[in-house]
Amino acid sequence: MTDNPFDDIPGTTLFDSGQSRLGYHLNMFCMSLMKADNRGAFKADQRAYLDRWPMTEAQKQAVLKRDWNGMIALGGNIYFTAKIAATDGLSFRQIAAEMSGVSEPEYARMMLDGGRPIDGNRSRTEPR
Amino acid sequence: MARITAGVATSHVPAIGAALDNGKAEDPYWQPLFAGYEASKAWIAAEQPDVIILVYNDHASAFSLELIPTFAIGCADQFAPADEGWGPRPVPVVKGHPTLAWHLAETLILDEFDMTIVNAMDVDHGLTVPLSLMFGQPDAWPCPVIPLAVNVVQYPPPTGHRCYKLGKAIRRAVESFPEDLKVVIFGTGGMSHQLQGPRAGLINTAFDTAFLDRLIDDPVGQAMVPHIDYVREAGSEAIELVMWLIMRGALNETVRVAHRFYHVPASNTAVGHLILENA
Repeated sequence: MTDNPFDDIPGTTLFDSGQSRLGYHLNMFCMSLMKADNRGAFKADQRAYLDRWPMTEAQKQAVLKRDWNGMIALGGNIYFTAKIAATDGLSFRQIAAEMSGVSEPEYARMMLDGGRPIDGNRSRTEPR
Repeated sequence: MARITAGVATSHVPAIGAALDNGKAEDPYWQPLFAGYEASKAWIAAEQPDVIILVYNDHASAFSLELIPTFAIGCADQFAPADEGWGPRPVPVVKGHPTLAWHLAETLILDEFDMTIVNAMDVDHGLTVPLSLMFGQPDAWPCPVIPLAVNVVQYPPPTGHRCYKLGKAIRRAVESFPEDLKVVIFGTGGMSHQLQGPRAGLINTAFDTAFLDRLIDDPVGQAMVPHIDYVREAGSEAIELVMWLIMRGALNETVRVAHRFYHVPASNTAVGHLILENA
């Protein structure tokens, strides 16, 4: 346990100063995908494009594997990493399903049924 | 003198813009959502604001991590729809109101709200989706819009209390503008939603309902709610709801509810909507 009360919230990473410093170059790489030319260069040779950025090897591997939760753990912010999904032509729902460990149809069904319930999802100490 | 006559609160889910832009508004999935805004379109057509002050947040479109202003006000003549990775939305360019925007910036700064002044900025779905919901798909937006961008991406965003007080300061600033203008203020974002990690898809209707009730009747109390309550109860991205308190602060203590609507889901998000008139 830590002293940060936000750490008690399950399945949630607060984009605070620590995460922002950790993920600065990862997020700025994502930001570069706002430009069509950069999207093209990234798609043509992903590894070479990533090597232009002073990111850690773990961050580059998370991008190459499209490990969405891994990117967040390494400082990625969802509004930035979503630009990789847009470049891949993936919908937000597809990556949301992946991050929460279910198939896309299951995720879509959950949303139609009113979304993920809060009960059981408030605190790590709550019975699941 | 200029005056604020009403406030509009609405979610600004990007998928709503995409549904409209791609002609899917009549699809069974989207129809109930857009039906909830029919009354709103009629209301704003009758209200005919001269200017809209639109409180929203940028989603890593105009502001990356290079520069993160807590409160930024758009003072330019116009603002182009941003390319958010799949080309800009096919919506009209947003015309600003530079004289009122500069007046707000100057007055707010001297009133101890240290605004960032923005002279060049593209505007993303956070700003354009609320306009689409209220005005549909016109060839040009019917009135000038002053963008007021709030940081809610990098923790910490401004507190609810600070937002509420900014709303009050905006009202004072508007009322010190000599031109006779009717101003409507929008507060956008929310409601419950989480876009990241294993808890993605969180929706909390009870939280949202209580927030709507309290924003109407007890905004001072709602303004004291700490960030962690929003994040824990309603999802990491529900923190956007602090922006609704800026709108609410700019209105009278007592308001009349002209319209209220709530719908789940729009993509990953609960959609809430209020039109509040000064009573």
